[in-house]
Amino acid sequence: MESKELDALRAGDPRIVARAISAIERDGDQARTIVQAIFRYTGRAHTIGVTGAPGTGKSTLVNEIAKQFRRRGKRVGIIAVDPTSPFTGGALLGDRLRMQDLSGDEDVFIRSMATRGHLGGLALATANATQVLDAAGFEIIMIETVGAGQSEVDIAKNAQTTIVVQAPGMGDDIQAIKAGIIEIADLLIVNKADREGANATVAVLEMNLSLKPNAENEWRPPVLKTIAIKGEGVTEILDWVGKHREHMQSTGVMKIREQARLRAELENVLQRQLMKRILNGMNGARMDSLVEKIAARELDVYSAAESILKN
Amino acid sequence: MSQRPIRILIAKPGLDGHDRGAKVVARALRDAGMEVIYTGIRQTPEMIVEAALQEDVDVIGLSILSGAHMDLFPRIVELAKEKGLSDVMFVCGGIIPEDDIPSLKQMGFVGAFGPGASTQDLVKFIKEEVARRVQA
Repeated sequence: MESKELDALRAGDPRIVARAISAIERDGDQARTIVQAIFRYTGRAHTIGVTGAPGTGKSTLVNEIAKQFRRRGKRVGIIAVDPTSPFTGGALLGDRLRMQDLSGDEDVFIRSMATRGHLGGLALATANATQVLDAAGFEIIMIETVGAGQSEVDIAKNAQTTIVVQAPGMGDDIQAIKAGIIEIADLLIVNKADREGANATVAVLEMNLSLKPNAENEWRPPVLKTIAIKGEGVTEILDWVGKHREHMQSTGVMKIREQARLRAELENVLQRQLMKRILNGMNGARMDSLVEKIAARELDVYSAAESILKN
Repeated sequence: MSQRPIRILIAKPGLDGHDRGAKVVARALRDAGMEVIYTGIRQTPEMIVEAALQEDVDVIGLSILSGAHMDLFPRIVELAKEKGLSDVMFVCGGIIPEDDIPSLKQMGFVGAFGPGASTQDLVKFIKEEVARRVQA
């Protein structure tokens, strides 16, 4: 990456930032060179994952949270992840629709990303895209995903602070417990709190939290009520996000989590690079013949793998 | 990772609030394997160009039924160029009188898909045009 381009990226030039994110999504050599160029300038942003079932009002909430952060003078980046259709390979990325209030503000950058069906690749793409926004000077980076699939949940979990959004009356009392999604939450939000059943949902969540024994110094997620569409309850979210960050820093958890995340990212990249090298070094015919032998039960998969690795 | 899906912005500039057509188009494009960023109604030229910039789209599709296209479209195209998006492809749809099509082509619109246009034609057109540009 040329130094002029790097300077422009660090200054937040939207075109350069956008192109960098596209290169990262494409996951070729360009992705690697970009991350290599920017990595030393990352590590400053506070990353906030926002996840929950569809229809809980996540995008509207993200819009409101971003507005509040802007009022506090922070530059905000938002990555909105939406599912790619496994049948058509296409995606309808409509989260921006809920974030119109943020348009025209140079200190806000919104990027919609489709899951594109990469397993594990999505986590890497969002991590790298987050790093681009970090290097571009965005102090708060929110990553919004639909908490439906494991990989989407993982992305929210990879953020420093994870917000899980629920809405009342969606069969939530059972959902909340079944999904196991509560375990990843640093903040639990009951949005659309003006609807019937809001208090019951809060009660179920609180009860669930109290069932878990709380070790000393362990963070107990607050259960907060919001009406995102009216902007109600949002300043409390920011305050709690701040408290969570302080808690993580003072207990050393921040560093532990960060290292765990980076270790996982390193392993992920290693796996991908190794696979590429192995597959590139193999000729297709050899692979085909191995697969045929496996299908004929002449060879088992482990032995086949061994023979590839030995070469 | 091979080539990425085509990224297209669908926007309704101006005050036209009837978006059923735009939504039908958005869905058709998604079903054809494209990543569609749907911005909704009441978009200003600034909002449209900002979204196109941040999303690094290949195509900007403008939908308008109010007849204000000759006012709004030039502004959008000009702003896009100003912000460095001179290689983005412009298409439009909605109520676009035949008589205006030559001017629109001059402005930089490669296609105008008025009432009766099939989504299949639109999909084919976009794919072919994007492929042609990649090769050039």
